Amino acid sequence: MTRPELLRVEGITKAYPGVVANSDVSFSIGEGEIHALLGENGAGKSTMVKMIYGLVRPDTGTMTLRGAAYTPSKPAEARRLGVAMVFQHFSLFEALNVAENVALGMENPPPMRELAAKIRAVSEEYGLPLDPSRMVGDLSAGERQRVEIIRCLLQDPKLLIMDEPTSVLTPQEVEILFRTLRQLSSEGTAILYISHKLEEIKSLCDEATILRRGKVVATCTPRERTAREMAELMVGQALKTPERRVGAKGEVALGVSDLSVESPIPFGTSLKGISFTVAKGEVLGIAGVAGNGQDELLLALSGELKAAADKVRVSGQPVGDRGPVDRRKAGLVAAPEDRYGHAAAPDMSLVENAFLTAGVRKGLTKNGFVDWAGTRKFAEEIIKAYDVRTPGPDVAARALSGGNLQKFLMGRELMQGASVIVINQPTWGVDAAAAAQIRQSILDRAGEGAAVVVISQDLDELLEVSDSFAVLNEGRLTKPRPAEGLTMDEIGLMMGGAHGMEVAHHADA
Amino acid sequence: MDFGGINPVILIATLMASAVPILMAALGETVVERAGVLNLGVEGMMVIGALGGFIVAVETGSPVLGFVGGAVAGAVLSLIFALLTQVFLANQVATGLALTLFGLGVSSLGGQGYNGIKPPPTTQLLPDALADLPVVGPIVFGHDWVVYFSIAMTAVLWWVLKATRVGLIIRAVGESHEAAHALGYKVNRIRLMCIAFGGAMAGMGGAYVSLARVPQWVDGITAGAGWIALAIVVFASWKPWRVLIGAYLFGGITVLQLNLQVAGSGIPVEYLSMAPYLITILVLVIMSAGRKANGAPAALGQNFHASR
Repeated sequence: MTRPELLRVEGITKAYPGVVANSDVSFSIGEGEIHALLGENGAGKSTMVKMIYGLVRPDTGTMTLRGAAYTPSKPAEARRLGVAMVFQHFSLFEALNVAENVALGMENPPPMRELAAKIRAVSEEYGLPLDPSRMVGDLSAGERQRVEIIRCLLQDPKLLIMDEPTSVLTPQEVEILFRTLRQLSSEGTAILYISHKLEEIKSLCDEATILRRGKVVATCTPRERTAREMAELMVGQALKTPERRVGAKGEVALGVSDLSVESPIPFGTSLKGISFTVAKGEVLGIAGVAGNGQDELLLALSGELKAAADKVRVSGQPVGDRGPVDRRKAGLVAAPEDRYGHAAAPDMSLVENAFLTAGVRKGLTKNGFVDWAGTRKFAEEIIKAYDVRTPGPDVAARALSGGNLQKFLMGRELMQGASVIVINQPTWGVDAAAAAQIRQSILDRAGEGAAVVVISQDLDELLEVSDSFAVLNEGRLTKPRPAEGLTMDEIGLMMGGAHGMEVAHHADA
Repeated sequence: MDFGGINPVILIATLMASAVPILMAALGETVVERAGVLNLGVEGMMVIGALGGFIVAVETGSPVLGFVGGAVAGAVLSLIFALLTQVFLANQVATGLALTLFGLGVSSLGGQGYNGIKPPPTTQLLPDALADLPVVGPIVFGHDWVVYFSIAMTAVLWWVLKATRVGLIIRAVGESHEAAHALGYKVNRIRLMCIAFGGAMAGMGGAYVSLARVPQWVDGITAGAGWIALAIVVFASWKPWRVLIGAYLFGGITVLQLNLQVAGSGIPVEYLSMAPYLITILVLVIMSAGRKANGAPAALGQNFHASR
């Protein structure tokens, strides 16, 4: 199928001080084509689309839109020429309502009442129901994305750019989104789809351009390639699938029964009657769309939120009313999701950060003084074992890239020899090779007899590492099930709020 | 119709005038904070406006030009703040405090030759026939133009913030500068204009002190009105009509306690003097308490740099 060409990008280069984000990138998109831009974090995908959307200007290279030179100097110009974009981190205003949010993204918005009617009409036409008068702060992640999409659709775009749109959606919501995108494509709207999720790209996209370190390394038709081939093109090396060391499951190391706590976070989700157990050598994967109680669960397990003593037990010892330090002594370590500010003190050095959580378990204080030599040695061990790219252990945590800091923080918790390890989003923002390494070390710890709880929104990751699998939904946890043999459909139903009968059988943990 | 030597009609008429400086400054700061900028330099901008307005009025003989001069002086001083915080990304709290100290110092220096001079008077706007009507005369018709202007500005700002595109953009910038930037709005430029507007309003409020309330020039003439304006903005939940209520409440209690002092009530002067501050804050705290979201702009006080 040949399509008339819509957008051609030729020889685009963009350099920032110290990094070349894009180097001689060329590709083209036909009208109505769904084109994937594929690459790891830092491969230059986002910079590329920001140039197409007029947020960033290329250093060299040309773009042509329907045969005419295309050099947008600002997003408004790009929008006028029919290019619209849905952002990865939504560009929405929580304290404004849906219609106001849509109006802000338009050049000449009609009066509010007309706009509201239009939003209703378009949202129904594309199967994305939305009430224009609701506050965006009250919407779910999936609904927020609809606001973004509808904002774009109202301007009748010729090219719709979508930056990692599915990272916040349940599998069912992803299906709805794909249906909408296919409908748009059949109506002649081209879509530039950015992702690193290969299965999605295989099912949705017509063409793919693969970027690595700012350069185009391949162009392919995703349907004709396997996910593995594309992954290896993307990463530039053969990928290792984590190996599972089959250890015998031991006694229960972490027991949680009927744990309910109020959320300390504004607009947060309170935990309601959480019960589960994790045995030695077992990995429990906890899935769920962001904002369903993941942060609260981590706080409750780490000891930042306290409950009655017997609600949380580490190796049979009640610790529910204890703080993080006591829980670490009892053998439980936790790694929160937010790297800058929660898991690490951004302006302190790696050595100091290593001490902050490992001081207790590694015995890094002597008579009330910090054993800096020992701490430095520990930090250096982490850096070596987890291949953290840093000039040395004395640089500030903030100076590391997100992925590198994540590797350091994972290493810090995993290398303390704890009997229970709780991790929220272990590989968030980490490239594929490092993610595989982190997953491997999670499995290794489990193989050595640790009980591990992995909270993540990445279902593939959870299925790869977990022995048992549960879903957090509005602060409730489904009954853990064996991960082996679970299908995406079943998981989707668990995520969609189908507690049903299972809740009744909860208390046997 | 007096109560203990206090005439309620005169009291209301006086409080409307005495609230003008705080009302103007607080309205300006409301816009600034809605755009996500915390400018603690209100006191400095008011006092520089008081001096600028006074000088222009004395030199030209026109009180109206005086108010324009006050607004310009306040706006110019606020642009220093805008330059430091929006271009050089300096800390807003520290810069605002410095601005107040700077404004007080500069006005003291510049006002050296103006002590003891009387400015041209700012007179009642409407004819005496209206102002002499009983009750409504002094309250509704007996004011100078600035009082009407300040009330009109309350209505205009309420309308602009609530229903216009400009207001929507200002709120959006104050709510999430990242998102506003991603949509292509010039965050720092919008903020800069809001800061200048806030400076002009504060300057004009200051000019009202030196041209109409006192009226003459003395050092530090605004006497903390800028700080009260800042507090009123917060406790009024960034809403113009509530700012008006807060300013009138403060103005009213100030006038009342002065009257009580004159009337010789048995209450010690110290308690009367602190009453306006305490009661205003108390009432506004009660008004803003108990609501889930207090309406603070989410990006208030955060600098924005378009790095990506």
